[in-house]
Amino acid sequence: MKIEKAVLAAVTTNRSNVDGGSPIFICDSKEEMDQLAANLEAILDGIGHALSDELYIIVKH
Amino acid sequence: MNEFTYPILFGVVVGVLARLLMLRTDYRQYPTYLHGKVIHLSLGFIAALLGTIAVPAIIEKEYTAVTFLTIAASQFREVRNMERNTLTELDAFELVPRGNTYIEGIAIAFEGRNYLVIFSSFLATFGYLVWNILVAIGVSIISFLLIKKFMSGSSLKDIVDIEYAHPHFDGAGLYVDNIYIMNIGLPQRQEEIVEYGMGFVLTPKNFNVRSTIANLGQRQAILHDVSVSMGVFRDSGTPALVPLIKRDLDDGRIGVFVLPQERDKQRAIDIIGAVPVLENAIRMPSESKTNKQKRGSS
Repeated sequence: MKIEKAVLAAVTTNRSNVDGGSPIFICDSKEEMDQLAANLEAILDGIGHALSDELYIIVKH
Repeated sequence: MNEFTYPILFGVVVGVLARLLMLRTDYRQYPTYLHGKVIHLSLGFIAALLGTIAVPAIIEKEYTAVTFLTIAASQFREVRNMERNTLTELDAFELVPRGNTYIEGIAIAFEGRNYLVIFSSFLATFGYLVWNILVAIGVSIISFLLIKKFMSGSSLKDIVDIEYAHPHFDGAGLYVDNIYIMNIGLPQRQEEIVEYGMGFVLTPKNFNVRSTIANLGQRQAILHDVSVSMGVFRDSGTPALVPLIKRDLDDGRIGVFVLPQERDKQRAIDIIGAVPVLENAIRMPSESKTNKQKRGSS
């Protein structure tokens, strides 16, 4: 089986939102989270998707 | 020099002219350079020669000689493979790929055009040998006209209505009209998309068209053509800025989201309208027997 999509990282301001295998980046504010997610998007060549106001995931398509 | 020399020369010239007529470089940018053209002209020359020689062979009662036409067939199938392989290799380096369906369509066209050359050469030489050169010229002109007709398939504007709809966000969801395209999280990306993005809604004109424009290959062809003609606001390493087409499951409309460098609505609508309907994407559900019966009884 070929997996085409993968969650590369999770960026959140609320630690209780995420847990598990992928790298998790915890931020203090929304601005910091936007900044971090933009950087990660460029570095990882993935797309930053918003699951809620407090949680972004970077997904490789 | 014998009685076949001039008819053969005539047939070959007609065939090569026919191939030239069918070899145009347009916005698809293929074949672009001289070398690509030389390859196809040479193959066209071979095809013309094969078509021409068949006539004297029959007249001289050399029936077995006609079997070399089968060699021609396998030769031109090889052309199709060659085109397919080249374009597939190159496709990986396109910012917006053509997609396999489009490539297959182009490859089929290259093979088919060589057969058209064989036919027109055959008919020209036949006309010359059986009647005279005037008939041959007439036959050649008719075959040129037929070739012109064969070449132009239908385009999207014949089968769909195209309307502009500016892309907008509902939370993190990107929409064109009411068709969901994708989830874009970063506010920075959202701003870029609202600023540079354009959306179009393609409404199918009838039932058959629904499945045709739903075809993923056909959709990729639309994106590729728009991106080639109008530029694309994209680079490697910016996967969020990807042109996409999604479908409205309710009524089969498709929402086209593109990021052109040049944002001229009318030109974009014209370009989408001129996208060829890919042969491999055409579906005819209304031709199915069960569908016909249903309509007859109701």
